[in-house]
Amino acid sequence: MRPLSEDEFATLFKKLSKYIGDNCRYLLERSDKQYCFRYHRDRVYYCSEDLMKKSASIGRKNIVSLGVCFGKFTKTGKFRLHVTALDYLAQYARYKLWVKPSAELSFLYGNNVLKAGLGRITENTPQYQGVVIFSMADTPLGFGVMARSTAECRNLGPEEIVCFHQADLGEYLREEDTIV
Amino acid sequence: MESHDESSSHEGPEETNQKRDLFSDDSGEEAETALELKSRQRQEQQELEEKEAMEELQMRDSYRFIPPTMEELEAEREMGVELPMMHERIQEVVRVLSDFKHLRFEGYNRNDYLKVLKSDLVYYFGYLPYLIEKFLQMFSPAEVVELLEANEVKRPVTIRVNTLKSRRDDVAKKLIERGVNLDPIDWSPVGLMVYDSTIPIGATPEYLAGHYMIQSASSWTPVMALAPEVGETVLDMAAAPGGKTSYIAALMKNTGQLFANDVSKSRLNALTANIHRLGVRNCTVINFDGRAIPKHFSSFDRVLLDAPCTGLGIVSKDPSVKVKRDRQDIDVLAYTQKQLLLAAIDAVNANSKTGGVIVYSTCSVTVEENEWVVNYALEKRCVKLVDTGLPFGKEGFTRMRQFRFHPSLKLTRRFYPHTYNMDGFYVAKFVKYDNRLPEEVAESEKAAEAKSKSDSEEAATTNGDNTNETKKPRKKRKRRKNRNKTGNHKRRKVE
Repeated sequence: MRPLSEDEFATLFKKLSKYIGDNCRYLLERSDKQYCFRYHRDRVYYCSEDLMKKSASIGRKNIVSLGVCFGKFTKTGKFRLHVTALDYLAQYARYKLWVKPSAELSFLYGNNVLKAGLGRITENTPQYQGVVIFSMADTPLGFGVMARSTAECRNLGPEEIVCFHQADLGEYLREEDTIV
Repeated sequence: MESHDESSSHEGPEETNQKRDLFSDDSGEEAETALELKSRQRQEQQELEEKEAMEELQMRDSYRFIPPTMEELEAEREMGVELPMMHERIQEVVRVLSDFKHLRFEGYNRNDYLKVLKSDLVYYFGYLPYLIEKFLQMFSPAEVVELLEANEVKRPVTIRVNTLKSRRDDVAKKLIERGVNLDPIDWSPVGLMVYDSTIPIGATPEYLAGHYMIQSASSWTPVMALAPEVGETVLDMAAAPGGKTSYIAALMKNTGQLFANDVSKSRLNALTANIHRLGVRNCTVINFDGRAIPKHFSSFDRVLLDAPCTGLGIVSKDPSVKVKRDRQDIDVLAYTQKQLLLAAIDAVNANSKTGGVIVYSTCSVTVEENEWVVNYALEKRCVKLVDTGLPFGKEGFTRMRQFRFHPSLKLTRRFYPHTYNMDGFYVAKFVKYDNRLPEEVAESEKAAEAKSKSDSEEAATTNGDNTNETKKPRKKRKRRKNRNKTGNHKRRKVE
């Protein structure tokens, strides 16, 4: 377990800001406790300082997970965000998308969001913007990338893709082995 | 007229009698006789029925069941035995054994009946003979049959609501809307019992969002006994797949530090996934052999050890336990459990401001894995047992066959499938009162006492007390506080 290097921090925040924009800094500037990011075996973990201090002495072979895993660095150095970070993304999300109950399950199976399933969407969402997807009951379901901007979405047919799927809660069942 | 006494409930005959008197005078006598005859017949019929019932009862009481011999049983097996008949025979033998003095057949002793019962239970329920013997040692024959029959049926599905993300009412409402038939559990503030459901419980969006976890009700008891508080440092020594760990985190409200350890790497995936799904943020997942933990950590406030066990309490979940577990398994596991429990105790800081608590639990019903391990810990470390705080449960054994345990074992709790409709479980709650070993404590006490005696002697002599000078120096007696000559805990009379 080690702190992230400058480059790694940059890559991480670049990815995060796609979904939560400037609110990234709130992850590190918290009023209640000091939190930090740590790197272990290609994965990035987010936890409070006191937990990190107590876990610092544990050897590399013995530590498995620390706080919340945000995602992992791929072999080519890009950062891939996992659904395990959803709670924090949902908290600080700037652009949100609400999905109708009929399309909830389809999204949880890993499909993209179609126009027929679109319930509500934040105004002025640009194309290819990272969004967090909620159910109508305001439960975060996952996140994705907009295929069209909000204005264009209004003119789409029911079978056209509105939002590309990036991660959803169903991965906890489908990809239990690889998620952490 | 006697008929009136018998048929006092209805006044028909009386009225009709009078009517007949009114209408016909000469056939009055005959009518009365006919009616009298009828009521007498009815009375006789009643008496006969009562007599027959009494006879049947007496016949049943006096029916003495003759136990078949071993050869007869073997012959039966070869020919092919009918299960209903065997079931009836089991019931018969249990009935005889329940009141052996009156119901035994002359010439047969208790062992003959027991042999038949054991052989039948082994065949009917499919257990190893060793396990049937173990159950018969712990329970009466009637209770053993109840236990074995309860093990054939699955326990009801229960859900624990994750208070980090939701509330019981909200989850219940959402699930009922989706078509699940459930009820809140009264003894737990987060429990729901599922009777039936049209949809898979483990795949609802609420499950995936981490609002609840499918967990057997008996698994909540050790965490309720542990009662972790906000801001503490807690360890779960055998945490996979993470049901108890997430409950601990929920009780701690995501504060403090929680360490979830498991020795098997393959199960750590499920543990980590569950932790993330349920929104636990204060947890570090580690991979150590539990026995090595005190070398790395030594200052936890609370430790939960849900020890690996034979699983003889959860036969309904995993029937292969019936034939997998034998004498060696219990012995080896008991040894590992003792080591793990000592390690758990060593990892706790007795001087912790809020805790110093260790909870030991297993999902087994055998004494070797439960009370024996707990008693061993009482002797080897400075711990004492306290009340688990659970609202129900049978008291642990203080004596069983050749075992004699400390009387405080009564504070531990046992759960059985046939009494509480929960998986078989055992929970013991310790409080550590000193970080040193018992021998060190005894020595330091001795030293302190000797010092205080010499101090008081000095003080007395400096006072110029004459009586002290003439006194012989007092012999230093070894003070045995609670221990008898062999060093074991003295058996105190429990009121």
